[in-house]
Amino acid sequence: MSHRYFPHTQADIDAMLERCGVSSTEQLYDDVPQELRLKKKYDLPKALTEKEVRDYFNKLGAKNTQLTCFAGGGFYHRYTPSVIPAILSRSEFLTSYTPYQPEISQGTLQYIFEYQSMMTELTGLDVSNASMYDGATATAEAMMMSIAATRKRDTVLVSSTLNPKVMEVVKTYARYHNVNILAIEAAGGVTSLEDMKGKLEGGKVAGVILPQPNYLGIIEDFNGFSDAIHEAGALMIMNCVASDLAVLKTPAEWGADIAAGDAQSLGMPLSFGGPYLGFLCCTKALIRKMPGRIVGATEDVNGNRTFVLTLQAREQHIRRDKATSNICSNQGLMALHTAVYLSLLGTGGLREVCEISANGAHYLAEKLEATGKMTLIYPDKPYLNEFAMKCDFKVDDLLRVCIENEILAGIKLSDNEILIAVTEMQTREEIDRLIEIVSNTKFPQL
Amino acid sequence: MNKEYYGKLIFELSRPGRKGADIPSNGCGSSLSSIPASLLREKSPSLPEVDEPTAVRHYTNMSNNNFGVDTGFYPLGSCTMKYNPKINEEMAAHSAMTALHPAAPASAVQGALEAYWNLQCALSEIGGMAAFTLNPFAGAHGELTGLMVIRAYHDSRGDEKRTKVIVPDSAHGTNPASAAVAGLKVVEVKSLADGTVDVDALAGLLDDTVAAVMMTNPNTAGLFESNVAKIADMVHAAGGLMYYDGANLNPMLGIARPGDMGFDVMHINLHKTFSTPHGGGGPGSGPVGVRTGLEKFLPNPKVVKLADGTFDIITDPDALGSVSATLGNFGVQLRALAYILSLGSEGLMEAGKLATLNANYIKESLRDLYKLPIDRVCKHEFVFDGLADKSTGVTTLNIAKRLLDYGFHAPTIYFPLLFHESLMVEPTETESKETLDRFIDAMRKIAIEAAETPDLIKDAPHNTPVRRPDDTAAALNPVVKWKDLNCEKA
Repeated sequence: MSHRYFPHTQADIDAMLERCGVSSTEQLYDDVPQELRLKKKYDLPKALTEKEVRDYFNKLGAKNTQLTCFAGGGFYHRYTPSVIPAILSRSEFLTSYTPYQPEISQGTLQYIFEYQSMMTELTGLDVSNASMYDGATATAEAMMMSIAATRKRDTVLVSSTLNPKVMEVVKTYARYHNVNILAIEAAGGVTSLEDMKGKLEGGKVAGVILPQPNYLGIIEDFNGFSDAIHEAGALMIMNCVASDLAVLKTPAEWGADIAAGDAQSLGMPLSFGGPYLGFLCCTKALIRKMPGRIVGATEDVNGNRTFVLTLQAREQHIRRDKATSNICSNQGLMALHTAVYLSLLGTGGLREVCEISANGAHYLAEKLEATGKMTLIYPDKPYLNEFAMKCDFKVDDLLRVCIENEILAGIKLSDNEILIAVTEMQTREEIDRLIEIVSNTKFPQL
Repeated sequence: MNKEYYGKLIFELSRPGRKGADIPSNGCGSSLSSIPASLLREKSPSLPEVDEPTAVRHYTNMSNNNFGVDTGFYPLGSCTMKYNPKINEEMAAHSAMTALHPAAPASAVQGALEAYWNLQCALSEIGGMAAFTLNPFAGAHGELTGLMVIRAYHDSRGDEKRTKVIVPDSAHGTNPASAAVAGLKVVEVKSLADGTVDVDALAGLLDDTVAAVMMTNPNTAGLFESNVAKIADMVHAAGGLMYYDGANLNPMLGIARPGDMGFDVMHINLHKTFSTPHGGGGPGSGPVGVRTGLEKFLPNPKVVKLADGTFDIITDPDALGSVSATLGNFGVQLRALAYILSLGSEGLMEAGKLATLNANYIKESLRDLYKLPIDRVCKHEFVFDGLADKSTGVTTLNIAKRLLDYGFHAPTIYFPLLFHESLMVEPTETESKETLDRFIDAMRKIAIEAAETPDLIKDAPHNTPVRRPDDTAAALNPVVKWKDLNCEKA
C-alpha cells in the first residue's frame, strides 16, 4: 500500500529485494514460526486522511468542558508565552534524541546546561540533573538516592503534609524497592518536628521528605529540621513547587541535601497531566548518587567551549543493575520549555507571577470568608497561591454548581473541605464570579 | 551558525532591567508582605534578564547546532528514529486538550478519556494483550511498572520467594536497572554465537525463585528469537512470567504479536514504534500491557468505560500502586493516537516490513566491507562488528564521527555488548532508497578512507560545530552550571 509516510515505490522495493536476494518482504520473516504469525489484519479503523484526523480530534475536544481553573494540588494553570511553543517546535530540537554525539547535539546539550544552571539558582543547591519524568517520580528517586547514599538504612520518613498523589508514588516505589516508609504526623496543618525527632531515633532513617509549600498550600517553617535530620545521619529532601522558589526560602537555605518536585508550575500547559518535568537537585557531595543525565562543560580540540553528557558511569547503559536509577529517556524537551520560560520571565518576572498569584489567592480567601459560609482551615498559617477552606455545605454541591458555570472551583479534600488555587490566569471578574456563586447559592446545610 | 556572535549562554546575554514576557494581572492588591521574612529567600535567584527577540534568536541559533530526524538520516539502533508527522504535533497542541487540569471531574474531560481509552484499546490489539495502562512516562518507566505488575502478581498468590529476573546479556541496560529498582535480583543468561538466547543455559537457571524472564524480540542484534514460544513454555512451567521489552516492536507490526508469542507483560515505547518525537531525550511514553488475568494489577489511576458508554477515572484497590501522579504524558499519547489513525490498520501492517526491508538492504550493501558477526536475515536493525579489515586501526568510534562529516547521525555504537566494535544500524521505514543509497555510499567511502587515509578518519569529525570534546576533563572536574564556569575562570 502507498502512504505519505512511506517513500517506497514498487520499483524501489523490487530493487531492494533483489539486493537482499529474496523475492518478497515476507521472505525476510522466514525465521518467524508460522504458529506465532498474526493471521488477520489488525482490528483497527482504516487510515484517516489528515483532514479526518483533525475532525476526529475536534470532535473529541468538543466533548471536554473548558473550565476556569481554581484547581491546583501541585499543578497550576499558568501563562505560556508564545515564544515557547515556537522554540519547542524547532524540529532540530523536537526530532533529535539523547545527545550521544555531542558534535551535532550542542543545541540540546546547551539548553540542558542552561536548565541545570537555572534550577540550581532556584533551589540554591550545587547540582541539577537534566530532568526526571514528573515531580512524583523525582521525589521517589530522591527517596532511593537517600537509601543509596547512606549505609545500612532502610527507612525514609515522609511528612503527612506531602501531596497525597506524590505520597502514593513514593510509597509504591518504596514497597518494591524494599524501603520502609514512615509518615511524620502533622500538627496544626504542618509537619510535627517532635514527631519527626522521635521517628529519627534508631539509626534506620536514610532520608526525610518535607514539602514546601505543603499540600494545603501552607508555607512550612522548617527551622530546626535540618539539624535534627543531619544529627541522625539522614538526608533532608524537600519536595517543592518550582515557581514558588522564586520567593520562598530555598531548599539550600533550609539545609536540604536534595530538592525534588514538579516544574509544571513554570508555565507548562496543564495538558491533562503531562508532559511535565520533574526536577532533581542535590549538594555536590551527592553528585555521584544522582540519577539521570547530567551535562557538563568542557573544551573541544580547538579550545571551544563545548557541552557533553558527563559522569555517565552512574547510568544504566554503563552500570546496568548497579546503576543509580533505571531512567534513560527523561523529559528533554520540557527542560527546554523550562529554560525558555525562565529566560523570558527572568528573576523579576517569576517573582511577579508568584506575587500576582498570591495576591489573587489572598483576595479570594478573604472574600470567601466574608460570605460567612467558608473559613480557612488554618487561618494563622502563611500561604502563597493555594489555601484550604472548610465549608458549611457539601463541597460536592459547590463543585457541581461551579461546573454549571464553567468553573473548576478547586480540589475536594473531604466532604466539607476544599483546596483552592489562584494564578495569574484568572481575571478579577472570574475570581469575583466564584465569590458571587458561593455568596448567592443556597446550598443545603450539612 | 555564527559561533562568534551566537555562541553564548543565555546568562551571558542578560542585562538588568530587560524582560521577555508579559504577565497577566488581576489587580488584587499585594499580599507577599503577610508572609514572615524568615520564610522568604534572602537573595533573588540570578535568572537571565533578556528581551523577547534576544531569547528567540538565542534558542533558534542553538537549534542550528542540533541534528534531528527532520535534519537528516538518523540510523540510531534500538531508538527507531522514524519521521514524526506534523499533524500529530498539531493535535497534541489542541487547545481543547491542553487546558485540561488533571484533577478535573471525569464529566468535564470525556473527550480526553475517550482518547486515552481508544489508544489503550488500539495498543491492546497491536500487542495481543488484554489491557494497557498509558501512565508510564518512558520505556524504562514502563519496564519498572511491568516488573511491579509481575511482583504484585506473585505476591497476590503468596509466592514471595520469586525475586530473580533473568535477562539476556544482549539486553538494553534499562532491563537490569529496572529489575534492580523493582527490588529484584538480576541473573544474566548468555547468548549463543548466533546472537539468540541460549535455551539450555536458560533452562538451567529456571527454578521456583524466578519472577520473570525479560526479552526483546527481535533482540538487540536485530534477530528474531525463533525459540520464543519454547522459552515461554519453559518459563511458565517454572511458574515465572514473560516480559516483553517493546523497544524493538516496530518490525513486528503486522507480523506477530508479543501476546501470541507467549509474553504476559510488555511495554511499548510510543516515541519509537508510534512516531512521537524523541525531544532530545523525552518526553516519551511507555504504556504497559498485560494478558488476561493481570489487568487488575495495572497502576492507578485507571480509565474505565462504563455501561452507558461514558468514561471514568478510578482507583483500584488491587492495583500495584501508582507510578505517576496523573494519567501520564497525555500530550505524547495524543500524538500516538493521531499516528495510529493516520496509518490505519493497513498502514500499520505495512510499516514493519518496510523497516525490515530497509535494514536488510543496508546490511547486504555493506557486508563486503564491514564485519557481519552474525550472518542471518535481520529485522529492523543489524549490528556490524566494525570494519572487515581491522589492520587500519580505525575503530567504530572513528567511523561514527566520520559519518557526522558526511551529514548523517551516527548509528548506536558499542552496543550491544556482544561484540567489541558494535555498530548498530536501524534505518526505519520512513527513509527512501535514495537516502539509504547515500548512507551506503558514505559507509563505503569511509571503508576506503580507512585503508588509504586512516588519520583523516581518526581525526574526525572535521565539519561539525565543535570537534572531539574532552570528556575526561568534563568528568574529572564537573562544571555543571553557569556559575561553575565563572568560578573556573576566576
